[in-house]
Amino acid sequence: MTTRSGIDLLPTSRPLQLLDKRGRRAPKTRGGGLAMPDDETLLAAYRALVVGRRFDRQATNLVKQGRLAVYPSSHGQEASEVGAVLALRPTDWLFPTYRDSVALVTRGIDPVEVLTLLRGDWHSGYDPVAHRTAPQCTPLATQAPHAVGFAHAARLKGEDTVALAFLGDGATSEGDFHEALNFAAVFRAPVVFFVQNNQYAISVPLARQTAAPSLAHKAVGYGMPGVGVDGNDVAAVIAAVAQAADRARSGGGPTLIEAHTYRMDAHTNADDATRYRTDEEVAAWRDRDPVDRITAHLRGAGLLDDARVGAVAAEAERVAADLRERLPEQTPPDPAELFAHVYSSPTPQLREQADLLRAELAEEV
Amino acid sequence: MAPVSMAQAINAALADALADDDRVVVFGEDVGALGGVFRVTDGLTAKFGEDRCFDTPLAESGIVGMAVGMAMNGMRPVVEMQFDAFAYPAFEQIASHVAKMRNRTRGALPLPMVIRVPYAGGIGGVEHHCDSSEGYYAHTPGLTVVTPATVADAYGLLREAIASPDPVVFMEPKKLYWAKEEVTLPARTAPFGRAEVRRTGTDATLVAYGPAVPVAMEAAAEAVAEGWDLEVVDLRTIVPFDDDTVMASVARTGRAVVVAEAQGFAGVASEIAARISERCFHVLEAPVRRVTGFDVPYPPPKLEHHHLPGVERVLDTVATLQWEDR
Repeated sequence: MTTRSGIDLLPTSRPLQLLDKRGRRAPKTRGGGLAMPDDETLLAAYRALVVGRRFDRQATNLVKQGRLAVYPSSHGQEASEVGAVLALRPTDWLFPTYRDSVALVTRGIDPVEVLTLLRGDWHSGYDPVAHRTAPQCTPLATQAPHAVGFAHAARLKGEDTVALAFLGDGATSEGDFHEALNFAAVFRAPVVFFVQNNQYAISVPLARQTAAPSLAHKAVGYGMPGVGVDGNDVAAVIAAVAQAADRARSGGGPTLIEAHTYRMDAHTNADDATRYRTDEEVAAWRDRDPVDRITAHLRGAGLLDDARVGAVAAEAERVAADLRERLPEQTPPDPAELFAHVYSSPTPQLREQADLLRAELAEEV
Repeated sequence: MAPVSMAQAINAALADALADDDRVVVFGEDVGALGGVFRVTDGLTAKFGEDRCFDTPLAESGIVGMAVGMAMNGMRPVVEMQFDAFAYPAFEQIASHVAKMRNRTRGALPLPMVIRVPYAGGIGGVEHHCDSSEGYYAHTPGLTVVTPATVADAYGLLREAIASPDPVVFMEPKKLYWAKEEVTLPARTAPFGRAEVRRTGTDATLVAYGPAVPVAMEAAAEAVAEGWDLEVVDLRTIVPFDDDTVMASVARTGRAVVVAEAQGFAGVASEIAARISERCFHVLEAPVRRVTGFDVPYPPPKLEHHHLPGVERVLDTVATLQWEDR
């Protein structure tokens, strides 16, 4: 193993980019050697972006209608959500946060099951093993050490699974972020730390999280490469994550990726973003919209015509309509489940408490 | 049979688990070449290799969080927190993930893992090395909380902990690490959720666990001279709690004193006293009493003997159990 100098671990001064904000090929120097994904992958990304955005809009509306308790939107971050997932193999594992619902939909998880947590039916609604996706994690950065352990176990078992941990900019201030990156580097665990820097942790801007030149720069301190990427450029996100996953898979250890993006909506419906950011700032980011960008690129390249745009839009509408229709049909949880999963078999005390609740419910009938 | 210390029994349990099950891995701070600060993991890396028993960076949350991920991926991690108070940085992982993952995923992601915590005082340790932290874990649904008081139990309970489909916080009374018993390993002991009557008696029940069990046994021996025949119940597992054995004992004796080294307020001893009061009220000859540590931060070594519940304080408390009505 060669010792890395530190300098070759540094991110580029500007985030890597393959497509500029108008969807044109960025100058080669901006790509830092990233390979442009093939047409098929870009078309799949386009589809996932449109569907993901429609899902996100639908979920936001469901909150307004009182049909979801809360929804942390990733509107504006769809290229990061989609790109990170599409760059991986189905056998790789995701360790997502509460803001990564679009990533889960991209992974193929039933949107109704994605929203079980936010509907308040249970703490997680999908089968994590079947989808190779850990439950969406709420305490910041605490899922990062899980990704490291999962990846380390895969190596011990001789499997080539890669674990990708989703994180936000705020989470990089947490102790578990530091511990996870340090462990991953020391054990050369096959992990990709994928930070979506959407500029705000609820209301607190990045400048209050860190004085580092960028979040990707933090990688150097752990002895792993740091990569800054334009998080609204789905082509660059796919390429950067694929490169990091390949390195991890071949024993090269972890990578920290910082995807520069922006949360167009408030933190959740309970938040008022006008209290901490300006309309001008939001408008500047709207001009860098990830869906517009890939659409312009594919149209310019002759890969996308009106018919295909219409077909994908119709599919997105079907996903939204299906979600509206099926969400209320989700069976409400059985109160007995409160006691069923605490331990592999309930303690005598839990059995007593389950009996008490059952008796109370029987009286109500 | 040869005399075996509790530390040796735990070491044997780890070695036997590593030998029997490829999924078992042991890691933590200084557990490799050094064999742990208490030598509990002595020789494991040499025997089983770096992949099975290894040192980590010095970060308890990272250790427990890594164990969570390994358990999610089919391994059976056994991690060591070097001292009770050094486990606090891992508390978020323990409370928010170790305890909740099975429930969160409706059983899809069980976490078969063991967190070993050398705990409690009586060894002249300086601050942060002597906390009785079992109450935090016992108060957290989803955790199994185990604490052996005998050498045989140290082996038997740890083997069961490692084989358990549920996460176990394994609290090792560090003042008993060097206590020796004549036992043959592998020792077979009663399963989780079963308390043991360590001494039968007819006049009152002393309920204890972990480091307080030897104190209760000594008190019971000395009580004979006072004319009291005391029964001693060793909980072995705080969670699951064995109501049946405890209540059956108190029903026989009609009097109960709970002995625990931890501070008493809102602690495990209080829970036990409340359970006895609720379930045995009609047979009690006297109020249930607790003998616990004071509600103070763990004292410096020169003062800890005032804090630790000793034989005298136990017997003084037994003396208050309304014997005049007998």
